[in-house]
Amino acid sequence: MKRRLLALTIALLFAVGTQAEIIAVTGAKVHTMGPQGTVDNATLIIENGKVLSVASEGAAPQGARIIEAQGKIVTPGLFNPFSRLGLTEVDMTDSTVDNIQRGDQFAASFDVADAYNRRSSIIAITRVEGTTRAVIAPSSGNNSGDGLKSQIFSGLASVVDLGTDAEYLTKRGVALVVNLGAGGGGLAGGSRAAALQTLRAALADASDYATHKEAFESAQRRAYSLSQHDLEALQPVLSGKIPMLVNVHRASDIEVLADLVEEYGLRAIINGGAEAWMVADRVARSGMSVIVESYANLPKSFDELNASSAAVKRLHGAGVRFTFAYTVGAGQTQNMRNITQSAGNAVANGLSWNDALAAITIEPARMFGLDSSLGSLEAGKSADFVIWSDDPLELGNYPQQVFIDGMEMPMVTRQTLLRDRYMKLNDAKPPAWH
Amino acid sequence: MARHNLHLAGPLLVLTLLAACGPSKQGAANSGEPYASQYQPLPSEPTLLEGATILTGTGTKLEDTDILMRDGKIAAIGKDLSSADAVRIDAGGLWITPGIIDVHSHLGVYASPGVAAHSDGNEATAPVTAEVWAEHSVWPQDPGFVTALAGGVTAMQILPGSANLVGGRSVTLKNVPGRNVQSMKFPGAPYGLKMACGQNPKRVYGNRGMAPSTRMGNVAGYRSAWIEADEYRKNRKPGHAGENTPRNLRLETLAGVLDGEILVHNHCYRADEMSVMIDIAREFGYKISTFHHAVEAYKIADILAKNDICAAVWADWWGFKMESYDGIRENAALLDQAGACAIIHSDDETGIQILNQEAAKVMGAARGVGIDIAPERAIQWITLNPAKAMGISKQVGTLEEGKMADITVWNGNPFSVYTKVNQVYIDGALAYDRFDRSMNPVTDFSLGNSAFTGGAQ
Repeated sequence: MKRRLLALTIALLFAVGTQAEIIAVTGAKVHTMGPQGTVDNATLIIENGKVLSVASEGAAPQGARIIEAQGKIVTPGLFNPFSRLGLTEVDMTDSTVDNIQRGDQFAASFDVADAYNRRSSIIAITRVEGTTRAVIAPSSGNNSGDGLKSQIFSGLASVVDLGTDAEYLTKRGVALVVNLGAGGGGLAGGSRAAALQTLRAALADASDYATHKEAFESAQRRAYSLSQHDLEALQPVLSGKIPMLVNVHRASDIEVLADLVEEYGLRAIINGGAEAWMVADRVARSGMSVIVESYANLPKSFDELNASSAAVKRLHGAGVRFTFAYTVGAGQTQNMRNITQSAGNAVANGLSWNDALAAITIEPARMFGLDSSLGSLEAGKSADFVIWSDDPLELGNYPQQVFIDGMEMPMVTRQTLLRDRYMKLNDAKPPAWH
Repeated sequence: MARHNLHLAGPLLVLTLLAACGPSKQGAANSGEPYASQYQPLPSEPTLLEGATILTGTGTKLEDTDILMRDGKIAAIGKDLSSADAVRIDAGGLWITPGIIDVHSHLGVYASPGVAAHSDGNEATAPVTAEVWAEHSVWPQDPGFVTALAGGVTAMQILPGSANLVGGRSVTLKNVPGRNVQSMKFPGAPYGLKMACGQNPKRVYGNRGMAPSTRMGNVAGYRSAWIEADEYRKNRKPGHAGENTPRNLRLETLAGVLDGEILVHNHCYRADEMSVMIDIAREFGYKISTFHHAVEAYKIADILAKNDICAAVWADWWGFKMESYDGIRENAALLDQAGACAIIHSDDETGIQILNQEAAKVMGAARGVGIDIAPERAIQWITLNPAKAMGISKQVGTLEEGKMADITVWNGNPFSVYTKVNQVYIDGALAYDRFDRSMNPVTDFSLGNSAFTGGAQ
């Protein structure tokens, strides 16, 4: 009996179906977030894990598995632009945390993708609330008195899917995480100017290295500020292939960053950017986009004096591309699932509903150069989608079913198991026997 | 609605200013005590809000109902009220609730900006610091007070942090930023005592190679303190041989708990630890008002209900530390269902602005497992229940005749993400109006430092 229950539980924790099957989701209102816009009474057809078509009252192909979704809402899977998912389990328990590394060996080249643990309880808990893809990013830690020191480069971020299978890595090295402002200053020896100088020196060295590799290999070139690994990691940044993902808030720092981006022809995404709205035109002109926390309205630091709940609307008005993070409270990785709340709050502060949904689906995909295969429900794109019974941005509306690459995801998590165990407390036996 | 109010506010303001000049009964409530409340209600005028949906906080939802405020009190609630002298405001389509109350805030003691110089919440120099009072750390210029006001919060308990087994006295404030803490102190509110279980005290002191370094060390620490306090209390009794025992600030506060005058607010995550704390309270004959951050309260909801202890919880914080690993969204709902006193608290300068939203996430999760929590019930998690926990439910927490007119006006159902606070009244006075920049208070810190007001934006 017990063994059977265990088997059942394990079955519930793994994905149902295979990519090969054809699925037709019928009758829902589908927000494609692509050129088709919103399609009422839609038939969404999935084949081989990809979207085949979305059509109003479309016919389901013969042999397709039909999922009736009359009156439901379908959206693309949510895309989290900045997280430590799979890199941490319990933040204050060091042995479970892999997003932070200190020391000189790896800086720009520090690559967290191989530390990703798809079996982390947080993955399932985030997935059942609609997130299907996420950027996983390294962070820089403070000196812990061990003599090791983090650098202004935290390292490379990657994109993963939150599925249960081993094919989780969507793209390795989608951005280089850099720290400027007060945080970067702290890492660079006390001044934000030093952080910027460190970055400039690294770019200059990486550029010199690119054209003098042979001389460098035979020790015929001057010493560089970074290791060869790190110089290599900077090449796609220099060539504009991948953006820097810059942790920065203060308007003056953002202006300096904009100058640097233009000078070197780089791409950058601002993470946080509490004061980005003040220089929104400058941000737009330099082509930078912003990961915004829509709840940020307090001067939590001197870098964030002008944090404002009107920021999103102003950025949008200036034509800046943006996406949402959720950073309220402790356990920010654990509660990344609340990006729908950030989006909903932005609507309350004047953003359109459609723009808010775009900011957690197609916009992050675009920001990280993955919009040709992710972020919207268009033919040929990955079939990451969510069936909701009601408005996905409204509080307390959680998904009915989540699909990643066309596979039906388990909706059981460690939290639902705990909940079910303690729903009734008047049992003669302690919960451990339930 | 706002425009209407603005029109009438000018001439009436003069009258009410004059009316407010006399001595205040509320302000005098604590007189004779040191650091007494000097709170003076803002100038108010009789105000009649008409035709709103009202969640009374008593468990009732009233449609198309009026509420009349006069002299800082709720004068009447009912249909088609009339008043010759009141400002009449059309509240059709709006929702009215009691002012939101946060039982767990560190505004003022961990003020924004969060620089080291503003870190005034933990006197982490000894495991038992019952002698410190949070109010002596409160910086009234914390911009977080006004953003909390814009989130509908009218009262809050400011607690010391959780580094210590006993962290010190809390203070309950009206959310009316003043020049000093005395002018914010909720008149007549009892003091609270902050205690903390679990990881924090044992980490802070264990890392220094001193006690406590374990959970059993924590418990030994509480028990030793209570033994000392009990001795002190007995010794100081008039007529007792030790009547002249010198006054001891630390033991005085602990004795206040044993005498039932100070309410215990106990930071405690785990179900097993809460169970031990209940036994400690039994051993020394005190009552625990509330377990805070009670992430595992759902595991002992029945025990909490039986012992009449509130559980103040987050909607969904979990996993940031080992003792929060078993958090579930349904926590507050399962407590409520078991008949326990459930509270959603913030412990956070952003969270305090959206306690309504936090409650809504729990309602949705509960709905998913067949537990239907109506808005009129859920509002109690952030109004009546925290008021009970803080010992101020006779004055606030529900909308009933004679109570302080602390009310929040919303532009829709407060449990929707799209809903905003339109106005906040404290003691019948308009303290915040989203549509009127002059009714958005600005703390000194934000003045000239922020392109916006620093308050509601």
